[in-house]
Amino acid sequence: MKVLVAVKRVLDPQVKARVKADGSGVDLANAKMSMNPFCENAVEEALRLKEAGVASEIVAVSIGPAKSEETIRTALAMGADRGIHVVTDEAVEPLGVAKILAAVAGSEAPGLIITGKQAIDDDSNQTGQMLSALLGWSQATFASKLAIDGDSATVTREVDGGLESITVKLPAVVSADLRLNEPRYASLPNIMKAKKKPVDKTDPASLGVDVSPRLAVLEVSEPEARAAGVIVGSVAELVEKLKNEAQVI
Amino acid sequence: MATLVIAEHDNAALGAATLNAVTAAAELGADVDVLVAGSGCAAVAEAAAKVAGVTRVRVADSAEYANGLAESLATLIVGLAGDYSHIVAAATTYGKNVLPRVAALLDVMQISDIAEVVSADTFVRPIYAGNALARVQSSDATKVITVRTTKFAAADDSSGSAAVESVDAAGDAGLASFVGQQLSESDRPDLASAKVVISGGRGMQNGDNFAMLDEVAAKLGAAVGASRAAVDAGFVPNDYQVGQTGKVIAPELYIAVGISGAIQHLAGMKDSKVIVAINKDEEAPIFQVADYGLVADLFEAVPELSKALDG
Repeated sequence: MKVLVAVKRVLDPQVKARVKADGSGVDLANAKMSMNPFCENAVEEALRLKEAGVASEIVAVSIGPAKSEETIRTALAMGADRGIHVVTDEAVEPLGVAKILAAVAGSEAPGLIITGKQAIDDDSNQTGQMLSALLGWSQATFASKLAIDGDSATVTREVDGGLESITVKLPAVVSADLRLNEPRYASLPNIMKAKKKPVDKTDPASLGVDVSPRLAVLEVSEPEARAAGVIVGSVAELVEKLKNEAQVI
Repeated sequence: MATLVIAEHDNAALGAATLNAVTAAAELGADVDVLVAGSGCAAVAEAAAKVAGVTRVRVADSAEYANGLAESLATLIVGLAGDYSHIVAAATTYGKNVLPRVAALLDVMQISDIAEVVSADTFVRPIYAGNALARVQSSDATKVITVRTTKFAAADDSSGSAAVESVDAAGDAGLASFVGQQLSESDRPDLASAKVVISGGRGMQNGDNFAMLDEVAAKLGAAVGASRAAVDAGFVPNDYQVGQTGKVIAPELYIAVGISGAIQHLAGMKDSKVIVAINKDEEAPIFQVADYGLVADLFEAVPELSKALDG
């Protein structure tokens, strides 16, 4: 079974986003960029399926500018077999991403697609669900455990109340939550080997996908900052302030 | 045209987050209908009819909706979508699971996790873990929206008198089946709506030590939460997680114990009214958002806090 994994290049999770002075967006110039953490979980899960003999080939897909190839190379260094880079300088919304991935799935015919549950830049949490809808496939979101059994998969999902388990027919789209696995680091030899792995280039128009945005971003602003607090000297002082000053207990 | 709110429920009781979603829907200015899709869910429909601001409750009572599987639910919602300009759900795992599927089938771009309704087509939503707020305007015919529950008050759940009518089920998509669930049982208030929350992080060292937090929580009527680090380490289950990708909460009082304050954690609690941080590392970023910081060893401070609350 072929597994398709979607990976996104985002602002590194350790870096705090800074809003541009003109309110047009977040300043990414010279910022450290990384693979979206949930996409790392997605890649790792695909690798484990291959190591278990369930997956035969892992194809990593990314959509974005020239530098998104670095994110694909990271997936290849972790162990993915080849990459597809859908090159665009436009900001593509989840609906557009889902349409592109559906077009790629049309030609690649994977048995399973794994996405991260959410990208930590736009925090939309949509792509996996939209992709499965467009393909008419089943979906298993927020997965913390995945077991493939023939033509179906049993997935444990992280839900607000705890955990839920569902069985979905394959092909399916699974979106990875953080507890699905612990992603591996790419070793130096594997990083070198990844440079030689094939990455096909295409673009949204070649795939027949219109990625015109549906949401106009009118303004991006900083949230109101919290007023500075105080350091208290003791538990007694803390309790006194919570009772008398803040009046919350 | 009217707005359709997708009710969240367990076939017995209406989920609290639905009340916040109704408030956001009412701000859109049109009539608000609520869809209750479930199996044997008449009690939920009755509860939804009592929610203030709801005009009509539409009930799809059929086996395929028993467990909220997204595939069948989305087909049902898309079938009703022609009557509505807006389709709204709370940004809970339930809403986040089904609504993007609806949006894709309608060929519209969902507006996730709105924090403010500016107008019927313009909304404010947090991005980058809440470190930026985007004001976005939708050009789609149908607006599909999930709602950040902490940003909208809960609608009154006793003064409404909506009409209840049934709608035809749209069939089982036959793609997925429910196996089972392991829901956390707790005597404590629900983490998402508790007025006081005490959370533990990596500094708690193990799951057993969370008993210290339980003790304080019992005295304060609080819920217990955790940082991602504590959940990843297996100290507590996933439903305790507060943060960018866990639960986003805004209690009156949030007490962070042994939590360093990563961006991702702050995203889930920085709208709390009062924040207390207890951490032995005075450099921990959590102190930058805390109203009251206590630099102390939590293994001394928490038992002391518990004792002080007796007095």
